[in-house]
Amino acid sequence: MWDSWIFKMAWRDSRGSRRQLSLFLSSMIVGVAALVAITSFGQNLERAIDDEAKALLGADLIIEADEPFGAETEALMDSLGGEQSRRVSFASMAYFSTTEDTRLANVRGIEGGYPFYGSVETTPPEASNTYLADGHALVDASLMQQYGIEVGDSVSVGRNTYAIAGRLDKKPRENELMAVFSPSVYIPLAGVDSTLLGMGSRAEYDVAFRFDDGRDVEALVDEIGPRLRENDVGFDTVEEVREDWDEILTNLYRFLSVVAFIAVLLGGIGVASAIHVYIRRRLSTIAVLRCVGAVAGRTFAIYAVQAAVMGLIGGLIGAVLGIGIQVFVPFVLSDFLPFDVPFTLVWGAVAGGLALGVGATVLFALLPLVSIRRISPLLTLRATVTQEASDVRDPLWWGVLAVIAVGMTAFAVSNAPAPEVGLGYAGGLAAVFAALLGVARLIMWATRRFFPTGWAYTWRQGLANLFRPNNQTSTLMLSLGLGTFLIATLFGVQRTLLGQIEIAGGSERPNIVLFDIQPDEIDAVMEIVDENGLPVVARVPIVTMRLSAVNGRSIEAMREDSTVDLSWAHRREYRSTYRDYLNESERVIEGEFIGETDPEEDVVPISLEEEIAGRLDVGIGDTLTWDVQGYEVIGRVASIRHVDWQRIGTNFFVVFPNGVLEEAPQFLVLLSRAEDTAASARLQRDVVRAFPSVSAIDLSLVLSTFDAIFSRVSFVVRFMASFSILTGLIVLIGAVVVSRVQRTRESVLLKTLGASRRQVVRIMIVEYLFLGFFAALTGLVLSFASGWGFAALVFETTYRPDLSAVVAMLVVVPVLTVAIGLISGRGIYKRPPLDVLRADV
Amino acid sequence: MAPVLSVHHLTKTYRSGTRTLTVLDDVSFDVRPGETCAVVGPSGSGKTTLLGLCAGLDRSSDGTVDLCGHRLNDMSEDALARLRNQEVGFIFQTFQLIPTLTALENVMVPSELRGDRSARERALELLRQVGLEDRTTHYPTQLSGGEQQRVAIARAFINRPTVLFADEPTGNLDADTGATIEDLIFDLNETRGTTLVMVTHNLDLAGRTGRIISLRGGEIVSDESTKIGDMRSAVS
Repeated sequence: MWDSWIFKMAWRDSRGSRRQLSLFLSSMIVGVAALVAITSFGQNLERAIDDEAKALLGADLIIEADEPFGAETEALMDSLGGEQSRRVSFASMAYFSTTEDTRLANVRGIEGGYPFYGSVETTPPEASNTYLADGHALVDASLMQQYGIEVGDSVSVGRNTYAIAGRLDKKPRENELMAVFSPSVYIPLAGVDSTLLGMGSRAEYDVAFRFDDGRDVEALVDEIGPRLRENDVGFDTVEEVREDWDEILTNLYRFLSVVAFIAVLLGGIGVASAIHVYIRRRLSTIAVLRCVGAVAGRTFAIYAVQAAVMGLIGGLIGAVLGIGIQVFVPFVLSDFLPFDVPFTLVWGAVAGGLALGVGATVLFALLPLVSIRRISPLLTLRATVTQEASDVRDPLWWGVLAVIAVGMTAFAVSNAPAPEVGLGYAGGLAAVFAALLGVARLIMWATRRFFPTGWAYTWRQGLANLFRPNNQTSTLMLSLGLGTFLIATLFGVQRTLLGQIEIAGGSERPNIVLFDIQPDEIDAVMEIVDENGLPVVARVPIVTMRLSAVNGRSIEAMREDSTVDLSWAHRREYRSTYRDYLNESERVIEGEFIGETDPEEDVVPISLEEEIAGRLDVGIGDTLTWDVQGYEVIGRVASIRHVDWQRIGTNFFVVFPNGVLEEAPQFLVLLSRAEDTAASARLQRDVVRAFPSVSAIDLSLVLSTFDAIFSRVSFVVRFMASFSILTGLIVLIGAVVVSRVQRTRESVLLKTLGASRRQVVRIMIVEYLFLGFFAALTGLVLSFASGWGFAALVFETTYRPDLSAVVAMLVVVPVLTVAIGLISGRGIYKRPPLDVLRADV
Repeated sequence: MAPVLSVHHLTKTYRSGTRTLTVLDDVSFDVRPGETCAVVGPSGSGKTTLLGLCAGLDRSSDGTVDLCGHRLNDMSEDALARLRNQEVGFIFQTFQLIPTLTALENVMVPSELRGDRSARERALELLRQVGLEDRTTHYPTQLSGGEQQRVAIARAFINRPTVLFADEPTGNLDADTGATIEDLIFDLNETRGTTLVMVTHNLDLAGRTGRIISLRGGEIVSDESTKIGDMRSAVS
């Protein structure tokens, strides 16, 4: 059957339609380009992680703890040998005397040659080599930029002041985004103000190792790991860093793959709709071929060959474009990556994109192509012969649909973190598709059923185009609706997340947090707040403690029992508070909150946060024994609380009642509220000058930082989503251009019958306006559902749709549709009626 | 001599909503090899339906059609297509040329479908015979109606068909061009000894055939030899 005649006929038949075909193809080109770009980028990323893993850690091994190392650990580290470098990291206020600004910074006291691999990049470059010996500081580029600080100015951390030797441009283990949220200041370890590392401080200590003897670090940590863990000491190896980044980037890569997948899917829809219309225009040709003796299979093969060649060409162009786009992806993601991703040609990705392009084009083209088998040769005698059976009665059509569904699901599953997520994703997408198609059908039915017969002629004609034969309602609903849905979901999620922060920083809430205040400093700090004319909204005591036993069984005993799943909740240091009331951000979900207890009680009622209770596997009535800096306190779980962690404020895993911890070593947090940034900056400066160990956070700064970070994230998401949107637009243009063929005949007939140019244009405007409006509306309604799902299930908060974006899209999408419709339909009215009526269009 | 076309008790009905429309009602006739036959009748009398059924383009509701010794009722769609390719030529009122193919390529299609390597030479010869040797590379839209119909005639004859079915072959042409086309059809038919079954409104054209079958309301109201038919009968 597959003889040369089929290829010859496929070539001949495509004459005069190649430009039209290439337009249809462009939707698939964008899809394949996205896929190739993203897959290539993913593989280059993987290679970069392998190459950069050592530089990411900056050492062969890092041993770390959140308190100074004990004698046993020090002895163990001494015995390991190798080159060592020590580091202490803690949050503290950095004060810039030149500008009198203060800012909470991530201070790192460094001693030795860390990083051993990779480098700290500074401006000037030599600063990274000299600052330790000179006793100077390096300050994050974002921080210097924010406050207009120059190299040579000074920065104070605690009671010590350092000259700024250079600007930190790049450092191991951190990306630019981390720097925005928590900017770093590097100082020599010997120069750290020791008062900043006292009781209640949250410093992290680590020692980095470089081994030149080629020893097996993984085997080494297998050996020393248990001893380190016993002392609550952790470690990082190159392999762990590689795995961590692999995991993070695999998730990123999966997200991007999903975007590419949607683009390919939209491309497929574009192809299917284009071929559908293409075949309709070929009905008489197919009927003639059948009439003069071509069997159904050979006729079908002519168009299948065309589809395959289209797919191949589209795939090739897409692959080349994808390689080009790949150059830009690392640029877009540069903020998120702590290393450069090299550009190399990944032939596997190119081949994969090509295969998917051809496969998807052919499969989606087959949906309309199978109907060729049923086209009757009788059409040569009668133009109005209807097909004998519709697609839904054709088993082959269902077969093709099943292959597409299985292929889609397989792709989704293979790119999802878990099979059920992939299945859920495929199911969700299928539901969106079904909903869009369902609404399209509903629109066609409702327009016909409730047709406004009293409307003006142009309105009636335009509306009738929604349901008349050869209408584009379903295609446009899918392409426009899906595009609108994706963008609106994105806006909705962004608005919801920002909304949460705004609630947290609402007009009546505190927006300045002063913390690490010692009990003997609290009165003076409150006085400074008062002098600045600002209120003290709350003072919250914080007591650090560790868990020593659960229901009387010690953590040590549990650690040795392999049947017990010991989690971070058992090992962590807790910062708890005591009070006799519940915050606005918490509510009791089990038991009774008890706010007061008798100091003489042996067992005190405590309240646990629900997640930590789950981690510790305890419930109401269970006992937890706490080591409060040497003193033992036994708590009975009296209540379990749900805490809304998204609300910025003072939230705790464990809340004790008044009457127990008042005498324990503690520090305090003070909440205040400033009306403007100047007042806030003044308060921070006054407090830090008087008490250098006290830190401050300005919530409005956090809000703007969060906004900046989200803007960057959303830029990436939008950049990727633009592939889908672009494909959707091409599908839209294709659909409009295709429907032009139909509309040209009608418009010319109307013109012949006396319709004015204005009437013809109005009819087109009405049709595209309605299509654009309904598609946008459906996409928006669906985005509410998905946005609500994200908010409720992922972010556990209330959905807040971005109403301004909703209104904007309700206007922009229909206007865009009309514009494309009018541009592609221009000139229709100029054509002489005879030209069109005589032509075999 | 066995008939080329044998129609027995042919009935065709369509369902229109709840009504059943009978377009052809118990029609029977035979056509012998080399015979020329016109089917005439007013619009809606069932002429085109009869042509479609005789050529295997449609399925009957009842009755049988035997074409070139094949019972069409029993054949699959693909088998019907092969039979049409080997035994049947078509000329349509609306020419039915494939718009994306040149005149030469349009003529070649039936022959190429058979895998005939001499398709090009034969098509060129036929185009020469119909007077279009200088229009071979033109597309249908670049040809006049009469030229298009001449290409269609060349296509119809390329596989040396046993039967030629023509549906109003001059219906879309002016009188002069129509007359030229008529001459061409009858000349080729005569030189190649093809059986001709033609549907037409044009009684002058019908009069040039040997036999006229008149249809009205789906039934044969007359089946008569013309003078030409009588002359042919007398000669044979």
